[in-house]
Amino acid sequence: MRKYLLLFPLIVWLLIFMILPYAFILIQSFLETDMFGKVVYHFNLSSYQKIFTSEVYYSTLLRTLWFAVIVAFVCIVISLPLAYYIAFIVQRNKVLIYTLIVLPFWMSYIVRAYAWKIILGQTGILNTFLMSVGLIQEPMAYLLYSDFATILCLVYILMPFVAIPIYTAFEQIPKSLIEASKDLGANGWTTFWKITFPLALPGIISGGTFALVLTMGDFMAAFLLGGPKTLMISNIVTNLFGTSNDRPLGSALGIVILLLILVLLEISSRYEKKYATFKS
Amino acid sequence: MLNTYIEKARSGTLWVTLLAWLCLLFLYFPLFIIVLYSFNEASVAAFPIEKFSTKWYTLMFNDASLMTAVSNSFLVAISATMLAVLIGVPAAYGLHKFDFPGKRALERIILMPITLPGIVTGVAMLSFFPLIGLKISLVAVTVGHVTFLLAIVITQMLARFKRLDPFLEQAAYDLGATPLKAFLGVVLPNIRTALIGAILLCLVLSMDEIPVTFFLISRDNTLPIEIYGMMRRGITPEVNAISTLVFAGSSIAILLSIKLSTD
Repeated sequence: MRKYLLLFPLIVWLLIFMILPYAFILIQSFLETDMFGKVVYHFNLSSYQKIFTSEVYYSTLLRTLWFAVIVAFVCIVISLPLAYYIAFIVQRNKVLIYTLIVLPFWMSYIVRAYAWKIILGQTGILNTFLMSVGLIQEPMAYLLYSDFATILCLVYILMPFVAIPIYTAFEQIPKSLIEASKDLGANGWTTFWKITFPLALPGIISGGTFALVLTMGDFMAAFLLGGPKTLMISNIVTNLFGTSNDRPLGSALGIVILLLILVLLEISSRYEKKYATFKS
Repeated sequence: MLNTYIEKARSGTLWVTLLAWLCLLFLYFPLFIIVLYSFNEASVAAFPIEKFSTKWYTLMFNDASLMTAVSNSFLVAISATMLAVLIGVPAAYGLHKFDFPGKRALERIILMPITLPGIVTGVAMLSFFPLIGLKISLVAVTVGHVTFLLAIVITQMLARFKRLDPFLEQAAYDLGATPLKAFLGVVLPNIRTALIGAILLCLVLSMDEIPVTFFLISRDNTLPIEIYGMMRRGITPEVNAISTLVFAGSSIAILLSIKLSTD
């Protein structure tokens, strides 16, 4: 009996404030709006039809996926040396340097996104710096408010999410395996590609998946740093719940994003298991 | 000396070290820029800085709407964290001590608000809360925050309970303690530091939260939403000043939290 008493408040809370809201947008996605934008209880599939027939939705969905792939790939590429360095090269202050990647993991999104705004702006720090040293004559106006700035910001924010699991994977590899490979005459590069990288693959996949999934659900980066054409799928959802006021369509789009993410998570966890050598 | 460098260069160690430090520079340079330019007197953030001043800090402290946003954020963070601890700690203890059908499913459900994208959680709450009479307001924001903070409190505390010596509690029972007494007298003092760590983390996460807050907010802004508004209106160096304080405050809280939760 006692166990239910301990868990009862949690279960009630999650039911009312989480499960029911999730269930409700599923229902809402099958409803429609009247001429004033008010949601009416008339069940149909029109929102889903709109998503799969009008070009703007699936092209934005594809572009967002494409962005997500770029962000995940870049995050992995720059996390690999960092994680490798902390796991295998650092001798002293290992905890300190590891803490340096954990700290931004928990740190304010808005502050970190804002930094790029003052760096990349037309009269921003990068442009004025390059002009003052004479590398450019005119400011590069295209840096901020672009796809580039959006992707850069996402890479910057999501990198710790990728570096941490890769580092954890590196740490689990027995050092003896790497020494054995070197004793047998393999150089550092060969050892990395034949031993270290394959053994760390589950961590790399799980880090990459974090980046993919979080980019799919992000609307702030494109809002703050994107250009007029940088529209991501979550921005459309935000608009549908705001100025465009079509909540059933917004809910349907939310459900589509959710399903896509669940599929991504499922695929990634299969691959993680497939390549898993060490139990964590 | 030179030989070790040549050896390191050949094995690639030198290159990896260099790349790793470039990555760390990438992570921290933008934060450094914010702090540096918060002391820049000019209203445009350009290179080089002509004159240093603290005028943006003075301006910031006199900005009524910004200060209201700060106090709103504290109010939400403290209430949400308290509720999350009151619900989450007993639940984590229950999950640690007992087995029951559906435990695995419950553990996955608890994590949903941090595994699923914030935007979906946000619009779901925005759509549903008014139906049960919970108007879009700071109260709704607090409820939304509790929901994802529960995931944090429970994971952090569950990890701590697992490291707890089971004989300690057994000893309390053998000496005649009731379960409540054993929990308050033996378990709680042992997990105290980890609990403080989890509380600090919750405060930081709630103070910084955007996706859920964005949808549940009415006219009373929280700090990140206020900063977002200031950014949309154009860059004012005041944002540098408040960002520096957010950066400093959350760094201290996070570092303390990491230190305490590994205790």
